[in-house]
Amino acid sequence: MEQIIQQMVNGVSLGSIYALIALGYTMVYGIIKLINFAHGDIYMVGAYIGFFLTTYLSIGFFPALILSMIICSLLGVIIEKVAYKPMRNSTRIAALITAISVSLFLQYGMMYFVGPETRTYPNILPNSQIKLFGTEAVIDIKNIYILVVTIVLMVLLQYVIYRTKTGKAMRAVALDRDASELMGIDMNKTISYTFAIGSALAGAAGVLVGTYYNTINPLMGAVPGLKAFIAAVIGGIGYIPGAVFGGFFLGITETTVSAFGGSLYKDAVAFAILIVVLLVRPNGIFGSNTKEKV
Amino acid sequence: MEMLVVNNLYKSFGGVKAVSNINMKIEEGQIVGLIGPNGAGKTTFFNLLTGIYSPSSGDIVYKLNQEVSSCNFKPSKMVKYGVARTFQNIRLFKDMTVLDNVLIGYHNNFKYNLFTSLFRFPSFFKHEESAYNEVIDLLKEFNLYDKKDVLAKNLPYGEQRKVEIARALASKPKLLLLDEPAAGMNPNETRELTELIKWIRDEFELTVILIEHDMSLVMDLCDDIFVFNYGTLLAKGTPEQIQHNPKVIKAYLGGE
Amino acid sequence: MKILGKKNIITLIIILSVYLVVGLLMNIGIIDSYIQLNMVLIGVNIILAIGLNLITGFTGQFSLGHAAFMSIGAYASGIATAKLGQPFIVGIIAAALCAAAAGILIGIPTLRLKGDYLAIATLGFAEIVKIIGLNNSYIGGAIGLNDIPQYTNWTWLYISVVGTIMLAYNFVNSYHGRACISIREDEIAAEAMGVNTTYYKILVFTIGAFLAGIAGALYANYFFFIKPDTFGFMKSVDILVIVVFGGMGSITGSIVGAVVLSIITIFLQGVPELRMVIYAVVLFLIMVYRPQGIMGDKEFKLFNKEGVLDGNVSSK
Repeated sequence: MEQIIQQMVNGVSLGSIYALIALGYTMVYGIIKLINFAHGDIYMVGAYIGFFLTTYLSIGFFPALILSMIICSLLGVIIEKVAYKPMRNSTRIAALITAISVSLFLQYGMMYFVGPETRTYPNILPNSQIKLFGTEAVIDIKNIYILVVTIVLMVLLQYVIYRTKTGKAMRAVALDRDASELMGIDMNKTISYTFAIGSALAGAAGVLVGTYYNTINPLMGAVPGLKAFIAAVIGGIGYIPGAVFGGFFLGITETTVSAFGGSLYKDAVAFAILIVVLLVRPNGIFGSNTKEKV
Repeated sequence: MEMLVVNNLYKSFGGVKAVSNINMKIEEGQIVGLIGPNGAGKTTFFNLLTGIYSPSSGDIVYKLNQEVSSCNFKPSKMVKYGVARTFQNIRLFKDMTVLDNVLIGYHNNFKYNLFTSLFRFPSFFKHEESAYNEVIDLLKEFNLYDKKDVLAKNLPYGEQRKVEIARALASKPKLLLLDEPAAGMNPNETRELTELIKWIRDEFELTVILIEHDMSLVMDLCDDIFVFNYGTLLAKGTPEQIQHNPKVIKAYLGGE
Repeated sequence: MKILGKKNIITLIIILSVYLVVGLLMNIGIIDSYIQLNMVLIGVNIILAIGLNLITGFTGQFSLGHAAFMSIGAYASGIATAKLGQPFIVGIIAAALCAAAAGILIGIPTLRLKGDYLAIATLGFAEIVKIIGLNNSYIGGAIGLNDIPQYTNWTWLYISVVGTIMLAYNFVNSYHGRACISIREDEIAAEAMGVNTTYYKILVFTIGAFLAGIAGALYANYFFFIKPDTFGFMKSVDILVIVVFGGMGSITGSIVGAVVLSIITIFLQGVPELRMVIYAVVLFLIMVYRPQGIMGDKEFKLFNKEGVLDGNVSSK
């Protein structure tokens, strides 16, 4: 029982991280139909920014989180303008390779500047634990921080997307790009906003993961990036609540698999789930089923 | 002799009835027209006939080489049995030449196997050559021979329609389904097309079913007409009967 | 079109003389072992790229997991030759058949998917293969499989590469190949014209995997040593980049792409710290300035239509 509760706690924390990254994936894919492979690396950059701010400037957790989000959103916008904008009318495969090249550039560019070694995050959150229901299972204060930050960011995102003009424009572009452009929506601005918001969320995830797991390295973005993409696909890509569900689902599944001794295979399980979901519901669990019209 | 029998055909998409309660018998060698307002279910009916959709209930029985039902088959299988079609929004292989497009139509008539093609055994050349000659003949009959090396996307609209018909004929069908063949054509081209379809029917001994909005073409060409409305059959009969059918007039012109 | 026509005889003479001349240069030491190593890499990449080109370039099915088939081939041949002591030919056949079987196995369920979804599913499959390799102690796990006999030589390499090119060329210029291209152009129309799209998708997937298996065997039996990480996501990306850079739907493009990108890689070895950064920038520039690749979908042909040797670039 304790084991199960403990794994749920860990799974929710990991799931929060996945969900935050998955949101960026799903938003970008919804709007420009591009698997933004560089998204996982923006999360890595976010973690490094958090690391430098807290270690060398001794800034506290929340200011570091917000600064990191701002810098990452700028980075996302710059990447879109420099790398993806020229590719908007090219083939899908060319765009995909461009995204991979940006990802490599960020990974190895970062490695060039900070070195390949793993860095350790300073302890910026209080190190207290709460026992749950009188059992041995514990909730670290960090778990609570992660969950609260994630929920707040998601509520904010929900507000932006459903209550603001920019959000409405994003939803319109996701549905039909040409029609929304004809209706006077500024395509460049909308895409930039999408990248800014998505990247900010990834930056937040980076800082959270740094404070939670303590270690970061320049290639840390690749695997969680893929996993978050899986999460987005599981939930139905382009569908925001789907990404959140997918993130938590994947996080909890992974910790459960690890708990039962399958930690070596936890990545394989994630990919296997992806393939099964794609086969059973090709548009994800919550995705709408659209068939090509003949 | 009947070549196609449709019994109580019904198809719905997530609760929306696309076609329902269709009963139809089509005689061999006829040209049959399907008319009706947009969204009446004509193209859905075509997709059911060619196996792209499978019916929710009811069945479709062809009497071709053998008796087959399209409920259980993939479209590629239906071509084998002798059902070929064109599309409402032309679906040519845009970056392939006219010749290659029509050769794809010939696909099921090729008989050599994979290893013959990989190692180029003598029968490869024999079959490729005879296929080439047959397709060239077909292109000549369609006045498309000069354009055989042009990419399909570079042809004018009217010729694209013709290539699509030639491609369908290359599969040597017994039943040809034409989905709005005259769409986007001017009156001159439509007249030419009318002659072409008649000629095809006689030359290739085919049965033709066509969907069309151009009434002059339909009335001129068809032996029998079926009128679709809201997914059901509103009327059927000869062009004469249809023109004077009060229900059809009401559906088309409105009424009290 | 005779089998012993003028074109075929000239082609045969060219193929044989290249083989003999290069063999001779190796024997007298003008081509040293460093060049030989890179020739093996280029040859392996040509085979891989042509296989993936059949899948992605000609049939239009995204795959981000091609390295997995290479991995299966490499391990199959490694086990056959190192652990079971079989001759190389058994290793190559085992590699090709195992990879092809994996191609069928993964092809049947996943090829119902389209576009990006298929790409992600194949990527997932490749990762699963890698993880299984990392955790299987019989084949050395993460440490890798050692002491594979070095059987790959110029003869094996040359036969495999030339054979791949010829079979692929014959395939795409038959009605089977045309059917594949029609699937890329418009799947629904292809199906409506009688092309069994499922069959052809699985077929090219299997052929591509078969070729990748051979490439894996050549690789494993040249470098003595393989480990699962060698065949990870980056290797799949490398192969895809060769295909796109050379030209999707062009066999000669894949050859040119493999050679050019291998040369770029060799030059980049001079700057190890910045190697991947420059590689990323090069990739990006290629995609922006030449997204259709070097050859587009054209082929380089030695003969023009009348069979006269002229070596121009023409469309099919």
